[in-house]
Amino acid sequence: MAEDIILEARDLVREYRSKEGMFGKVNVTRALKGISFKLERGKTLAVVGESGCGKSTLARILTLIDPATDGDLLIEGKKIDIAKQKITPDLRSKVQIVFQNPYGSLNPRQRIGDVLTEPLMLNTDLPAQERRDKAMEMLVKVGLGPEHFNRYPHMFSGGQRQRVAIARALMLNPKLLILDEPVSALDLSVQAQILNLLADLQEEFNLTYLFISHDLSVVRYIADKVMVMYFGEVVEYGTRDEVFDNPQHEYTKTLFNATPRADIAHIKERLARTG
Amino acid sequence: MTDTTQNSAPDTRLEVLKGFWRHFKTNRGAVFGLYFFIVLVFIAVFAPLIAPHGATVQYRDALLVPPVWMDGGSWNHILGTDAVGRDLLSRLIYGSRFSLFIGVVVVSVALVVGICLGLVAGTFRGWIDTVIMRIMDIILSFPSLLLALVLVAILGPSLINAMIAIAIVQQPYYVRLTRAAVISEMSREYVMAARVSGVRTLRLMFVTVLPNCMAPLIVQAALSFSTAILDAAALGFLGMGAQPPTPEWGTMLAEAREFILRAPWVVTFPGVAILTTVLAINLIGDGLRDALDPKLKRS
Amino acid sequence: MALLEIENLTVEFDTVTGRFRALDNVSYSIEVGEVLAIVGESGSGKSVAMLAVMGLLASNGHIQADRVEFEGMDLLNMSRRKRRKVIGKDISMIFQEPIASLNPCFTVGFQIEETLKEHTSLDRKQRKARAIELLNSVGMPEPEKTLKKFPHQMSGGQCQRVMIAMAIACEPKLLIADEPTTALDVTIQKQILDLLMDLQAKSGMGLIMITHDMGVVAETADRVVVQYKGKKMEEADVLSLFENPQNPYTKALLSALPENATGDRLPTVSDYHMNGEGAA
Repeated sequence: MAEDIILEARDLVREYRSKEGMFGKVNVTRALKGISFKLERGKTLAVVGESGCGKSTLARILTLIDPATDGDLLIEGKKIDIAKQKITPDLRSKVQIVFQNPYGSLNPRQRIGDVLTEPLMLNTDLPAQERRDKAMEMLVKVGLGPEHFNRYPHMFSGGQRQRVAIARALMLNPKLLILDEPVSALDLSVQAQILNLLADLQEEFNLTYLFISHDLSVVRYIADKVMVMYFGEVVEYGTRDEVFDNPQHEYTKTLFNATPRADIAHIKERLARTG
Repeated sequence: MTDTTQNSAPDTRLEVLKGFWRHFKTNRGAVFGLYFFIVLVFIAVFAPLIAPHGATVQYRDALLVPPVWMDGGSWNHILGTDAVGRDLLSRLIYGSRFSLFIGVVVVSVALVVGICLGLVAGTFRGWIDTVIMRIMDIILSFPSLLLALVLVAILGPSLINAMIAIAIVQQPYYVRLTRAAVISEMSREYVMAARVSGVRTLRLMFVTVLPNCMAPLIVQAALSFSTAILDAAALGFLGMGAQPPTPEWGTMLAEAREFILRAPWVVTFPGVAILTTVLAINLIGDGLRDALDPKLKRS
Repeated sequence: MALLEIENLTVEFDTVTGRFRALDNVSYSIEVGEVLAIVGESGSGKSVAMLAVMGLLASNGHIQADRVEFEGMDLLNMSRRKRRKVIGKDISMIFQEPIASLNPCFTVGFQIEETLKEHTSLDRKQRKARAIELLNSVGMPEPEKTLKKFPHQMSGGQCQRVMIAMAIACEPKLLIADEPTTALDVTIQKQILDLLMDLQAKSGMGLIMITHDMGVVAETADRVVVQYKGKKMEEADVLSLFENPQNPYTKALLSALPENATGDRLPTVSDYHMNGEGAA
């Protein structure tokens, strides 16, 4: 095999059924309308889209929380269908996720140490001491310290919490990390720190990222490939330079146009326009 | 590579408790209620040491003796005696044991069962949710004291049966509260994160979600503690709760009601005891709500 | 004379753990027809000054200032009644969460007309006509139908348009927009920003944009105030701020923008040696 594909989606479809009242007719909402892509090991695929485009639904399917209604999901070449098969700890440890909101994604009543050791306790048979050591090690890797082990999430800033969330996702040594808007709730300066951390970790663990975002400047900075979604469909899919330099779809162009730009030439142009 | 804000506070459970106490003590009434309650617990525990007489000892030479500050009162019976010559103060002191016992048992039973049912309903939703909640609606649709009366009538009048009946009557409030809290917590991202790291449903319910739902339940428990005491007193008054000569406050009221004009103190003191206890516990409940409910927190 | 002038404004909050200074001796002013951006990260106190001006601080807030003047009127020592007349009519504000800022119990039409009732002497018919006119001017399609809608029946972008319609209902001289587009999608953000700039240019009102987004600043502002931890770091016109930032914090902030990345790593704020005022 020329390229090492870690994740492949073929025509993924996800439908939500909702009933109006007890006897009402069944409404079917198609959140994903046939998504296909391949993700190479060690690379970053950015999924770009606005609210309601189905990117969070996609994240739920890829992290094996929800089953797809139709289509195939292949992880390391093996077909996965959680509606039919049980999720083994082995499979569990391949894909992990980091959520957008660092304030909501950590259990407020759980100490950081427990947050980090829980995945190990549930999916491996390591003894407690070893779990603890691994968690300490991971804390240092994400830029925190062993002294944070016994603290509760409310004692941390947003950026620190996101580091904890990243550490938790990495505890099982996953190969693929789904990053669901990991920096959009953070301040600019903290965002830069977290993006740096993600880049360092990708290099160290040879991680593959699926980076979901609406922020094009972040995507441009971090992505190898870009996929633009619009109402459950992929409207643009290509390498970063292809997509950014020569967008094909009308929506992609609208999106690029709408993104505020902070470069000086652009400001000069605006000031000249308004006089 | 450090983030700009750093919290250096130590992080023991003690610290959490301290924070709680800081919020709690801003409410003067609640602190007062708490002190009163602590004194009450002390009295209940050491009742045999504190009480000047036995609870059921009858002094046939001192029937309906008035309290010490009224004409004919004596220091031997500080709050007077009842119609068969039992010392009122001693009976009230022993009675506090029953009231607290009723509160603790009723609240624990209602809380444990309510939490379990609420967790099941909130986690699984679907038909099981519908079944549980409709049963709770049915219980709620009866006037609570009437339902308790019916239950006691079926089970037979005794203190234990009265407590079971009151626990069943209070059940729906806990189920509803738990269910609502569970449903809102279940949609939070940390629950999804726990699922992704392989947490099974049972652990998710009790270890991940439940601790985050406790605040409203604790408040409800405190408030229904007093309701339980009131309901037990009412059942006792109606002859369906603790049976004479048990010195339960409600039963004492019932026994004394024919003397209300001739010897008002026999009725007044048990009534005052119920009133102050319930008031103190309600004040504590309010303070707990202020301290635990993050929506009302002022910082 | 400046439209709004703030001199040495300090705002403190009482908390359980003691007094917390949210804003520390901050001064700035805005002229008629100007767009001023106040930019800062969370905890920089960027909205606190405006909330203080509007009298919207929580009861545990304490204000101290040498001067807070709107068109030469002293806002701090004004009677409540007089102040209410100014605020809502001459100064109005829009917020970050458009859906939450509208009352979910009432229709859009009722809420706009309520504002008009409060501050104008229009009769019922005129108020309705004015409401339709306003919705038209903020680019709502089918304004008559929108009047009868409830907030939950509209999208976030539409709610923000309605909020803007309410804010400009009495033709304010100063509009304060507190993170008006943060909760919105990029394409909607563009529409709302364009709308705000358009309205501002047409009416000549002063506009204060409170934001954390450097992109939004670059797209809208004439002049920029940078705040950090309750202190003013820098004030400059937009071009010189981006071209030649003076304060180390501003420099750090600008270079942390991913689009300005030069190497593999993004420089972070702490990579800069920040001295004196700006030290973290």
